[in-house]
Amino acid sequence: MTSAHTSTQAPGPAADPALRRDPMARAADGDDRFCWVPPVPVRRPKTRWQRTWPLLVGGLITLAVVVTSLFVGVYDVVNAEGGWAMFQTTRVPRTVSLVLAGSAMAMAGLVMQLMTQNRFVEPTTTGTTEWAGLGLLITLILFPGAPLMVRMVGAIVFALVGTLVFFLFLRRVTLKSSLIVPIVGIMLGAVVGAASTFLALETDMLQQVGQWFNGSFTSVVGSRYLPMWATLVVLVAVFVIADRFTVAGLGKDIATNVGLNYTAVVFTGVTMVALVTGVTTVVIGSLPFLGLVVPNLVSMVRGDDLRSNLPWVCMVGVWIVGVCDILARVVIAPFEVPVSVILGIVGAGVFVFLLVRRRRGA
Amino acid sequence: MITLENVSKTYGAETTIGPVSFEIPAGGVTALVGPNGAGKSTVLTMMGRLQEVDSGTITVNGRDITGTSSRELAKTLAILRQENHFITRLTVRQLVGFGRYPYSRGRITVEDEKYISEAIDFLNLTAYENRYLDQLSGGQRQRAYVAMVLAQDTDYVLLDEPLNNLDMQHSVQMMKQLRRTADVLGRTVVIVMHDINFAAAYADQIVAMNDGRVSTVGTPAEIMRPDVLQGIFHTPFEVVDGPAGPLAVYY
Repeated sequence: MTSAHTSTQAPGPAADPALRRDPMARAADGDDRFCWVPPVPVRRPKTRWQRTWPLLVGGLITLAVVVTSLFVGVYDVVNAEGGWAMFQTTRVPRTVSLVLAGSAMAMAGLVMQLMTQNRFVEPTTTGTTEWAGLGLLITLILFPGAPLMVRMVGAIVFALVGTLVFFLFLRRVTLKSSLIVPIVGIMLGAVVGAASTFLALETDMLQQVGQWFNGSFTSVVGSRYLPMWATLVVLVAVFVIADRFTVAGLGKDIATNVGLNYTAVVFTGVTMVALVTGVTTVVIGSLPFLGLVVPNLVSMVRGDDLRSNLPWVCMVGVWIVGVCDILARVVIAPFEVPVSVILGIVGAGVFVFLLVRRRRGA
Repeated sequence: MITLENVSKTYGAETTIGPVSFEIPAGGVTALVGPNGAGKSTVLTMMGRLQEVDSGTITVNGRDITGTSSRELAKTLAILRQENHFITRLTVRQLVGFGRYPYSRGRITVEDEKYISEAIDFLNLTAYENRYLDQLSGGQRQRAYVAMVLAQDTDYVLLDEPLNNLDMQHSVQMMKQLRRTADVLGRTVVIVMHDINFAAAYADQIVAMNDGRVSTVGTPAEIMRPDVLQGIFHTPFEVVDGPAGPLAVYY
């Protein structure tokens, strides 16, 4: 390749700095074969340590959030009598569910974004959360006093159906510009939310509905958080098949070209998102903007290699939910505000920042 | 060899593509030309199993593509469409790495790395391999996509209007690189294109399409005649002798 380069026609790279900078220009100046050999070796793979240390720092920050969450609250678990029992019945469940919900919802947002090829999509902007809430409500109306597991199944099934409705709708929408898609999702969600409110009014359950839609970790005590472990299973599964999601995120054509069954992968992704959203909605409630903000922040800093990003998406999800929940505990202590209120404020702020940044072409 | 036999596809009530029958021999560059709406892209995407065939058969190396698993086909045939927008923020090297997906299912091996590096070097993207796609010019990005399908190491490379959105300089470079893909790497390259002069200068075989049918198949010398071209493009043509072969003049 190099030998074919004829330096008689074009001035040598050293003679003209502009040409050295841009190999395309050299090709334009008559270098027939357009051959360019970079002056310095560019393939310098990162060492193991270079790849590992940021993860260690991230892990330490996550640990700090977890420890803070375990020890912040009205009850002094260290000195007061019965502190250990209180620690076990409230702080541990609360912190575990916070970690699981934070990472799972952030991950669900990422999977949704890849499946729809849209950066502004997540379970609360596709109506998935509202469908899960409706499922929960209908289950409670049909089977009053149903155990947690049954309610959860109801929420998951509705979340799945609702998300599939959203995907079918997307297929028919020709305008796939980035903002139309979440607008459609938010509209669908609003309609479903209105139906839930109406149903709840008719059946005197409005108060409970309000509770579910305001995500909060306050009531997560005792064994109530145990279903959250199901999200861990989904998280592991996403790690295992991460590459399929990344390929599907390149669009149907490229995915099919490399031999991927696109429809099957999208269906798998939607099922996983529905599972996670259903469980989280039943145990905690809605966590607005989380799935939107976290993947965008991570991708802004690290690009989009899903496999190496997943730990970061999980960790940043935990940081944001953790910090918001700790804030929710202290702002009006000894009372608490729902974490979704704090999350809504923080999330909306970051969302606007992302929009503005995008507008500038960054 | 890719063989199409009575292949047809119907959109709605009025638009019908086909039935078309033609062969694309192994090796060399084949250009699919024709006016807008002639069905070039549809035929190409059917060959690449991105769209289903309504009737007729398409065989690649003697195997019917509807009966072949998509994953197996991905090792024989690669197709790139003209619009490739995605939200995923990837570096050139990561993108090209997806070309190895049919072999490694995402877990890139040392051998994969070799193919990836070769494809990147072949398209002169070595200096940009760690840049994000959104930091590249249109021409560089187009080459990155082509590098991805080359890394797939397939006998056949199908490209839908790879010159779309490229200026003259980058169009020429792209065609030279595709020519080299056929000559140096021994791949069979099939390109959908508009510009008949580009097709005549770089292709070995030209398949001309009209109103959903194949009207003429031939070498550039056979196609580059005023009467033939007029029949294909429905506009008056003159053919003059250029420095490197015949040139169609239609302005």
